[in-house]
Amino acid sequence: MRSSHVISRSLLFVLMAIVLLTLGACASVDKTATTDPVLVGDVHDDGRAPGDRYPGETTPLGRDGRLTADALSDPSSPLSQRVIYFEFDRDDVRADFVDVVAAHGAYLARNSQTRIRLEGHTDERGTREYNLGLGERRAHSVRRMLLLQGASGDQIQVISYGEEMPAAMGSSEQAWQQNRRVELIYEGHRR
Amino acid sequence: MIQIRHVIFLLLLCLPLAGQAALEIRITQGVEGAMPIAIVPFGWQGEAQVPEDLATIIGANLHRSGRFAPVDRQTMPQRPTRADELDFPAWRGQGSNYVVIGRLQSTGADRFSVQFQLFDVAGGRQLTGYNIPVERADLRRAAHMISDIIYERLTGERGAFDTRVAYVSVTGQGGERRFALQVADADGHHPRTIFRSAQPILSPAWAPDGRRIAYVSFENGRSEVFVQNVDGGDRTRLAAFEGINSAPAWSPDGRRLALTLSRDGAPDVYVMNLADRSVTRVTQSRSIDTEPAWMPDGRSLVFTSDRAGQPQLYEVPVTGGQPRRLSFEGRYNGGASISPDGRRVAMVHGAGGGFRIAILDRQTRLFRVLTDGRADEAPSFAPNGSMIIYATSERGRGILAAVSEDGRVHQRLVLQEGEVREPAWSPFRE
Repeated sequence: MRSSHVISRSLLFVLMAIVLLTLGACASVDKTATTDPVLVGDVHDDGRAPGDRYPGETTPLGRDGRLTADALSDPSSPLSQRVIYFEFDRDDVRADFVDVVAAHGAYLARNSQTRIRLEGHTDERGTREYNLGLGERRAHSVRRMLLLQGASGDQIQVISYGEEMPAAMGSSEQAWQQNRRVELIYEGHRR
Repeated sequence: MIQIRHVIFLLLLCLPLAGQAALEIRITQGVEGAMPIAIVPFGWQGEAQVPEDLATIIGANLHRSGRFAPVDRQTMPQRPTRADELDFPAWRGQGSNYVVIGRLQSTGADRFSVQFQLFDVAGGRQLTGYNIPVERADLRRAAHMISDIIYERLTGERGAFDTRVAYVSVTGQGGERRFALQVADADGHHPRTIFRSAQPILSPAWAPDGRRIAYVSFENGRSEVFVQNVDGGDRTRLAAFEGINSAPAWSPDGRRLALTLSRDGAPDVYVMNLADRSVTRVTQSRSIDTEPAWMPDGRSLVFTSDRAGQPQLYEVPVTGGQPRRLSFEGRYNGGASISPDGRRVAMVHGAGGGFRIAILDRQTRLFRVLTDGRADEAPSFAPNGSMIIYATSERGRGILAAVSEDGRVHQRLVLQEGEVREPAWSPFRE
């Protein structure tokens, strides 16, 4: 079966290119790539300051049709969950969010160039200044878990908004539940 | 015994001024046994319409204090404007213990002189009287000064009518929220915006000289402490360390600013020397330590800490050391405001699912809840200690309210549009 046909050099290059591209795509799909393809080809910064938005504006990743090759954009990935909710007056990560936070930590550990901002929020109960502290403490709880998964401290920025940026308006338990949260915001990605 | 009377006066004290978002003040609970006083309409010698109804402003002020009950003009036996016109026998038996008369005269372009006299009806004698030269723009202020003089002469306590209130107003919803730091006269008039932002503004704090205000602004996407002149100029960023920068409080001498920083880990109380901006750490804990308030002697700070699990008030020397717990009632106490004499501490008291304003006497340990709202917060003492202004809500909308330190007098200050929050009562004006 050894071919005596002469394959033109140009055709060989084309075939090699296809093989390489296919391998690259597989690598990113199975999430073993250490280089985030998004950071290479599709860096997006919406140009807005961290607080330059209205409260509760969260755009789930992957729905806008961009960044489809990135695990961050896979709606079935735990990484698509970017809001961690908390119990009243508590700052420990709820058991049902531990896996989500761990997945983010592992992602950050694999993607050392990726940076994340943790925005801590509270509901409206209690004083505004105390809630500023509580929001920060919640964000620090998430930060500690990310570090445990191997993320490094300089990838993570912590900001507290206290009760000032509610996701839901109103004074009901339902609204309060939505507001006791830490939002994970990947730099260069839409929320 | 003086008893509380509920929801009596629904007085519209100030009519909305065109183009101004004035605070409308309603007295929702007054005091029985308030002192009847007649404030006769001031005389006016001038060609144009009288520029300001000073007697009405004075009456509204005295009424708002809860200590006085100004009598209806229609029931006055006479309307004298000069002492020699006063017919004391005609006033006796009319129910007024005191009569105030006055005159307003034009003394030049937009310049006036205001004279007033306070008389004791029973004794038929003058208790006090002044002549105040004033420019047109300050006519209301002259009425506030007269109110202060009358109040002090009759109660023995300095009046706080000629003062101001800073607060944060919020208009718009969702992404269109707009925040403004405003300063208005204590009666809600003359509101002026001194800083505007699309991001939250928090915790305004008056310098003791009444000329500067420190506050927290999120304009750069996180909490930072700024200071600026009340007239609007000379704005400076004071604290923008890593983490939280918040809860500014001026020392009584105006040279230092206590504040909360989390640059070294958890939020702790620090003191900044304003001359060189150097920062000294006062509390050291892994808990949330915040909301510092100075004792009047400038030697210690009262602050909120959850070091025992729940937020409670503590007192610590400014030089640092072991904090001593002050509050023990209920599971949540924070946001302290210290009375000017240092005896009483007003606080946000959480119990039974609601947050109310409570007051603790540091000597007698007597603790009283003064309000009955669901989300009352941000108490701030008037500079004479007579009233506490605070933030509350009415039908889901943020408004300001005030309560006398004995809990007997209640009033509400409602902005015509949007919400109001974070009130801070100014010091006395020089």
